[in-house]
Amino acid sequence: MSEEYIYAVARVRSREASLLGRTDLERLMSCPDEKECLRVLRDKGWGSGDSANSPEELLAAEEEKTWDFLWELTKDTAPFAPLLLPIDGNNIKAAIKCAATETEPRGIFLPGGQWEPEEVLRMARERDFSRLSPALAQAAEKASQALLQTGDSQLCDVLIDRACLEEILRQGRESGLPVLERYGEWTVATANIQTAARACKAQKNRQFLELALAPCQSLDVNALAEAAQRGMEKLLEYLNTTPYAEGEALLQRSASAFEKWRDDRAMALIQGEKGEYFTAGPLFAYAVARRREIDTVRIILSGKRNGLEDDRLRERLRETYV
Amino acid sequence: MDWNTMGIVFALLGAVLATFLAGIGSAVGVGMAGQAAAGVVTEDPSLFGKALVLQLLPGTQGIYGLLIGFITLTQIGILGGDPNISLAKGLLYLAGCLPIAIVGLISAKWQAKTSVASIALLAKKPDQFGKAMILPAMVETYAVLALLVSILSIFSIGGLAI
Repeated sequence: MSEEYIYAVARVRSREASLLGRTDLERLMSCPDEKECLRVLRDKGWGSGDSANSPEELLAAEEEKTWDFLWELTKDTAPFAPLLLPIDGNNIKAAIKCAATETEPRGIFLPGGQWEPEEVLRMARERDFSRLSPALAQAAEKASQALLQTGDSQLCDVLIDRACLEEILRQGRESGLPVLERYGEWTVATANIQTAARACKAQKNRQFLELALAPCQSLDVNALAEAAQRGMEKLLEYLNTTPYAEGEALLQRSASAFEKWRDDRAMALIQGEKGEYFTAGPLFAYAVARRREIDTVRIILSGKRNGLEDDRLRERLRETYV
Repeated sequence: MDWNTMGIVFALLGAVLATFLAGIGSAVGVGMAGQAAAGVVTEDPSLFGKALVLQLLPGTQGIYGLLIGFITLTQIGILGGDPNISLAKGLLYLAGCLPIAIVGLISAKWQAKTSVASIALLAKKPDQFGKAMILPAMVETYAVLALLVSILSIFSIGGLAI
């Protein structure tokens, strides 16, 4: 029995009480415009206290608050790997491209990864990625070399993305936390499906698919690549034989419908952490819940800004944790 | 070795185990619940009183163990009186102490887990304190039953003609 996280989980439980629920989202939905939404959010304590903040600044402040809180509870980044690795992946790709083109980065790095963007940029410029985890370092080295030799930035992206997915799976398995393993498997499998669907539409060759798809337990990536090669119909047929059959119809409808299903199912995967009190699982669940909450608020604000109809906006809203 | 003189040794071992094991259970339990209570109070200091009650619940087993230990010491003559008791009686005292020693240790740990969960409940719904307190208190039942058996045993052994 791990007792290391009892204090942290208790604090997270207290914070969960202030997460936005369905009623709060309905209240935001009923606001006539973006300005009113922002006022409601500020009344709930969102933002940095500066009423002149733009919507993006307000959301960024919330993201920052979440991570400040979580880093106060633990210095261990492992329980948050599925959320941090995509950020690191983005920063590694951006750094490699900046280093290859000898340009200065401008607004391309994302905050909140495991490694500071400046450090990643320095690694890319020195072509020494040894401070990254071995798998990521190897992929970064390979991607950097590929970009310099071929100038193919997509190849660079594919190599890093796949390494990140494999790292999510590995860290999930090694964490000993069932929630991280489940979430990692879900993340990787759905990312594979999306990649296969995009590759199918863009008529990418088999070699591309083999490079891009990360092997996971719930999907046979060879069969997925084979199906994607033979066209969208075959791909959907194959998906029907997998645990992801429910997503098949949504993939047919639209990419955003598939993404909403992916996010909602991921949210269902972490619900079990509400009954966990001794491990880092609830911390991870809280981080996911906050990120999803911020994404949902972003969707509402953007919808209000662009005058999107309520029904269409409602279709895009994600399930909440509470 | 004269086994007839070993009665007092086993009887004292019983008293020690009752105090020691039940005390360990409570120390671990109160520690665990205390961490959870500290977490909740960090976020909302007004919950200190309620969280403290929930933290203290796994502490009772240690008190029960101490009580049995004290009664045993009194009965076997360690705290005054005649400490010459037969081997059979010594073993009976040891057996009489075991219910609270073992059940105290295990129930304190499980009660602590329930207390931690109840403190989390309190964090989310402070108005549900009554319900949050009943849940770990249910575990207490079994510690009380063990205490009862230990008390009845210890008080009855003295009167046995063995």
